[in-house]
Amino acid sequence: MDRSDKKKSPEQRAVDRSRRKFLVNTGYALGGIVVGGALGTLIGRKPAAKPAPANPREAGQAAPANYNRALMFFNQEQFRIVESATERIFPEDENNPGAKSLGVAFFIDHQLAGEWGFNGRDYMSPPFYTGEKEQGYQGRLKRREIFEIGLREMDNFSMTRYEKSFVELTGEQQDEVLKAFESDEVKLTTISAGGFFKMLRSGTLEGAYSDPLYGGNLDMNGWRMRGYPGNQMSFTAIIDKEFTEIEPASLQDHLVSH
Amino acid sequence: MAKTLPKTDVVIVGVGWAGGIIASELTKSGLNVVGLERGKERKTEDYFMVHDELRYALRYELMQDLSKETITFRSNEKIRALPMRQYGSFLIGDGLGGAGVHWNGQTYRFLPYDFEIRSKTVEKYGKGKIPAEMTIQDWGITYDELEPYYDKFETMAGISGEENPLGGKRSNPYPTPPMKKTPAMQMFAEAAGRLKLNPYMVPSANLSENYTNPDGISRAACQYCGYCERFGCEYGAKADPVVTVIPVANKTGNFQIRTHSNVRRIMHKGGKATGVLYTDVTTGEEIVQPADIVVVTSYVFNNVRLLLLSELGRPYDPATGRGVIGRNYAYQVIKGSAIGFFEKQQFNNFAGAGALGVSLDDYNGDNFDHSELNFIHGGVVSLGQTGARPIQNNPVPSGTAAWGPEFKTKSLHYANRALSIGTQGASMAYKHHFLDLDPVYKDVYGDSLMRITFDFEQQDREMSKFLAERCSEIMKEMGADKVDYLKELGPYEIMTYQSTHNTGGVMMGSEPDASAVNTYSQMWDADNVFVVGASSFPQNAGYNPTSTVGALAYRAAEGILKYKDKGGLLV
Ligand SMILES: Cc1cc2nc3c(=O)[nH]c(=O)nc-3n(C[C@H](O)[C@H](O)[C@H](O)COP(=O)(O)OP(=O)(O)OC[C@H]3O[C@@H](n4cnc5c(N)ncnc54)[C@H](O)[C@@H]3O)c2cc1C
Ligand code: SF4
Repeated sequence: MDRSDKKKSPEQRAVDRSRRKFLVNTGYALGGIVVGGALGTLIGRKPAAKPAPANPREAGQAAPANYNRALMFFNQEQFRIVESATERIFPEDENNPGAKSLGVAFFIDHQLAGEWGFNGRDYMSPPFYTGEKEQGYQGRLKRREIFEIGLREMDNFSMTRYEKSFVELTGEQQDEVLKAFESDEVKLTTISAGGFFKMLRSGTLEGAYSDPLYGGNLDMNGWRMRGYPGNQMSFTAIIDKEFTEIEPASLQDHLVSH
Repeated sequence: MAKTLPKTDVVIVGVGWAGGIIASELTKSGLNVVGLERGKERKTEDYFMVHDELRYALRYELMQDLSKETITFRSNEKIRALPMRQYGSFLIGDGLGGAGVHWNGQTYRFLPYDFEIRSKTVEKYGKGKIPAEMTIQDWGITYDELEPYYDKFETMAGISGEENPLGGKRSNPYPTPPMKKTPAMQMFAEAAGRLKLNPYMVPSANLSENYTNPDGISRAACQYCGYCERFGCEYGAKADPVVTVIPVANKTGNFQIRTHSNVRRIMHKGGKATGVLYTDVTTGEEIVQPADIVVVTSYVFNNVRLLLLSELGRPYDPATGRGVIGRNYAYQVIKGSAIGFFEKQQFNNFAGAGALGVSLDDYNGDNFDHSELNFIHGGVVSLGQTGARPIQNNPVPSGTAAWGPEFKTKSLHYANRALSIGTQGASMAYKHHFLDLDPVYKDVYGDSLMRITFDFEQQDREMSKFLAERCSEIMKEMGADKVDYLKELGPYEIMTYQSTHNTGGVMMGSEPDASAVNTYSQMWDADNVFVVGASSFPQNAGYNPTSTVGALAYRAAEGILKYKDKGGLLV
């Protein structure tokens, strides 16, 4: 145990121990063959920086500020709509957190600010024609534009039907609005309401379950609630065993421990 | 004016599986080879942060950048083809190692039946069994003739497996023992046994143990990390060109890899290629690389596209059925599957490897009687455990809401309680399924995109329904509390990932009239051009393609060496 280990929670130390054991157990030390894997060059190297605890709630420390929790794309109004809509899609219950406490709306905001929001790796060249269903998305609008329009239209629809903005509606009313979008009951000229809803839904799952590095899945609680162990270097020990619960680990854990 | 470089013996277009194998074989024999690869350099160290589902599986980190190049698609000739603007049905490789970097590693050999499908079908069921517009053909080579090359590929890659009771004859056992068997795989194997079927472990390019191949390449055993398909392997355990054949070619000193080199034309004169024209994508410069022999290994779509853009070979005309380049495009029919929900048992679904699973071939090829059935062929049936990553795997029983509290509760409940059995249905060739140049849409260099005209046929609908029913029987026998399975295939669509098992367009055969290349992948119309890949499959079998691509690449390499010696057509 090196000195930095003493500051870690017992849980964190256990993770580190299993990782070391893994290095001993796998090809790097076994069988005497030389392997140039992604870890091969890193073995024996001291961690570059003092490992920061992945989970700020650990070890009785005051939680450091999470500077990731700010907006890159949405304005406040858009952010609130996304936060309440995704919470309806993936709601909190007695046992488990929902989209809001997992940080899904921050995740979607951050994604729209980057390449994905700009459709950076999609074929966006003209000419644009309406196609058959089987031919997939054929619009000229980028995801960030679709979100801007979609969120505005959700509010417009809420005003028309309930005379309130989306975030002021009851949960049941919000569901009605979402259903109207999902089923394309809402007819929009510029975007497909159903297509927008699909993006909202898939963005919710991405935000709940992607590595916390992207701003959602706060403290890996999305993974924890479904028994998903996240980034583990090896499952050799349990692959042929009965279901095994494993405390999740993140990419940050991986970075600081190698 | 394009800059012209000094001539080389061989230039290879695209350095993935096929290109890598050919580079290693030719450079070992002393030929000077230039490998032109449009994408970037890759190495195992790049995968330090690879366990990232969002980046690799959903944002397609390792695949072709569609903003630069895509394909267009239409279901039939009456419809306007439109570009695949976002990823869906298949994922095209890009960069050193090609799709060989982010494949699963399921390494099946085709069945003897596959290579002689037309004659064997006619022999057993009569001519009437094959509909007039179904243009399936024998390969011109038999399983037994290709067997030594399968063996070479498997030995190089260190394939882990056990004999398939219904497969073709093997000259050697698999180089490494099968992978570990998970409880779910055990249940599948036992259920299959009770149903008098013939299960075997999926032949795997994820190594079951440390392995050193005849070229002296050592690789570590697979760690069942669950991030395999769509990801690079951080251990080098998964056989991919970058950790197997490319280093062997590099070591000879005869191989020059030029990455960021996008080949745009094969230059030719009087029925012989003189070299290739490519764009250095970092500078935009156009460069000519002259060569005695041109090897085209740029995956199915660009193999066909480069020939058509270069006006080399006879383009296929669907109206007359004449011509060969672009003919017999086929795919894989994989939707015939079943999913089972288990209330009393949880599984380590999060763990797995790309080629971890149990298969059976009782419903593949002509291993069962088709007299009373409205289709030919079938597909391999498997229960795989490839690592159920949480964004993409949220199975819920049919009838469950797609979002809201019910979806959430059930998707959490079943995350480790659902198993699936899938099939890889064979895909027959049809007169009206083909590849040609799109008349409208262009790539970033201004060259026409490849256009796909393809749909599922009655054959596919019948076959996938049949296969789904078989999957559901096995799932029930495994004791699932609820089983959902495919009832209706529906039309082919470009949005949902199905498989990157595209085939055809430069098909192989024994006659120049009805094929583009001979069984050495040598072009009938230009004997110093070898076009290697699944583009040469006359139709697709009921398995993943790469073992057969690898075998054909080894055979092509042998042919190229012969050609270098003697010249002329090899058959
Ligand atoms: C997610 C996924 C899972 C898969 N799993 C399996 C599996 O389990 N089993 C199996 O058998 N198969 C599998 N496959 C298929 C397998 O990856 C391919 O069959 C195999 O890689 C084909 O080899 P290839 O050499 O023909 O093409 P590739 O390996 O794709 O190589 C082609 C190369 O050519 C380059 N290139 C293309 N155009 C040009 C140009 N104009 N100029 C220069 N270079 C060019 C590309 O960048 C690429 O590097 C899978 C594929 C994917 C995407
Ligand atoms: S499952 Fe095995 S072969 Fe696949 S990436 Fe992980 S360690 Fe490599």
